[in-house]
Parts: sequence; C-alpha cells; structure tokens
Amino acid sequence: MTEVLQPDRVLDCSGLLCPLPVIRTSKAIKELGIGQVLKVIATDPGAPADMEAWARQTGNELIDAHEEDGKYVFFFRRMR
Amino acid sequence: MARRDPDAPKRLAIIASKGTLDFAYPPFILGSTAAAMGWEVGIFFTFYGLPLLLRNYDPKVSPLGNPAMPLKMPFGPPGFRQISWPIPAIVEALPGFSLLATSLMQETFKQKGVPSLLELRQMCIDAGVNLIACQMTMDVFGFKKEDFIPECTVGGAATFLEFAGDADVSLFV
Repeated sequence: MTEVLQPDRVLDCSGLLCPLPVIRTSKAIKELGIGQVLKVIATDPGAPADMEAWARQTGNELIDAHEEDGKYVFFFRRMR
Repeated sequence: MARRDPDAPKRLAIIASKGTLDFAYPPFILGSTAAAMGWEVGIFFTFYGLPLLLRNYDPKVSPLGNPAMPLKMPFGPPGFRQISWPIPAIVEALPGFSLLATSLMQETFKQKGVPSLLELRQMCIDAGVNLIACQMTMDVFGFKKEDFIPECTVGGAATFLEFAGDADVSLFV
C-alpha cells in the first residue's frame, strides 16, 4: 500500500485464537462512527479468511489486508 | 404461515446435546461468532448439554472412549509438547485421570489464546444469543430452574423448533 491509512482506532488481537479476533473486531467497530476506520492486528492463522468472511457478512468494508512483521493487519471501514 | 422477512438477519439454530469440555466449545464458539456477524442465534441445551447453562459449571473431559483425542503436554520443550502420549485405556479409567486430562486441556487452550468456556458463554449472553434450557431434561435429571443462569429461557422441543423452522443454518452438536 502506498497510501497510508489513518485508523480511528487500533485493536491488537495478537496471541488470540478463533473466535476472539472476530468477536473483538465486531465489538470494536460498533464503538466507531459510520465511515470511521478500524485497524486490527492478529496472529491467528485463521484470521485472514475469517476477517474477510466477517466483513462480507456484516457489510463492513475490508479496505486492506496485508502481512507486516509476521502479523496480519486489517483495515475495516464501518459502513452501517 | 408467512415466511420471514427476506431482509431479516441470517439465523443459526444449534442443539447442544453434550456437556463435556471438548463438545461444550463448538456451540458457544459458533454462537458467539455468528452473533458477531450480525446473525440471530438460538441454542437449545438438552440432555447432557443442559448443564452448560448451570450457574457454576465446571466441565470435564476424558480420553476414555474418546480415542481421537490427542494427549499432549502444555509444558516442557517443543519436542516434548509434540508427543501424543499413547495411554492405555485401562490407565485412562483410573480415578483422577479425567481431572488430569481436563486440566491439561484447559491449560493448552489458555496458552493458545482460546477463551475459557464460561468466558465464551458470557460472550454469547452479551451478544444476545438466545439460550434455551430444555424443560424436559431439567425434570428428568432433577435440576431446578434456580440452578441455571438467569439469562437462559426455559422451553421444550416446540419452542426450539419454532425458532429453528426459519433458520438458515441448523446444527446438532
């Protein structure tokens, strides 16, 4: 990513396994306003697939997902 | 009868029929996750699954009669932790063995970052999951309503089936 996203909130789920990253992400995004951006960091190897599925199901936008220093990083925009 | 509103959220209906530590996890994991995805969730706790709603529930697990359950140690060097111990069934039947297996599984889950069962149950409650305690099981096994967490509702097969009749996903655990 060349463009640098500025998250409104950062949630660190390092060291947590399913289902905690999804549940904490769901809680955290509800505390944001519509249009705001949540950054999530996770180490669960299941997180990339689960986070995509969660975004599709909830209608929130997965703006970006990538790996950084051996961790998974996601940016979500609250859509509703 | 009118079908549900097509814009209604997806619905998950689960029957939880087992109360050992291992089989107690799937209903609460699936329920809390589905709720986090905006789904409507109902779990019907029946037969040996009913104790999962007790106020102070402390589930156990035993490798006896559970041959696919790996017995690995949650401590020691990595190579040691990888060993799946071939314990004879007659040893697994000894008094105290299920307590040992239970504490090993709980410790492993904790170290790996999986929440405890009671934490997961609370997450389901917080997310508004409908926890239905089977009235018939309660009567058969001699439980009282006061033994259970106040967040559960008590109902029978018809209560659950009415909810499950409009479910998008139905599971029996």
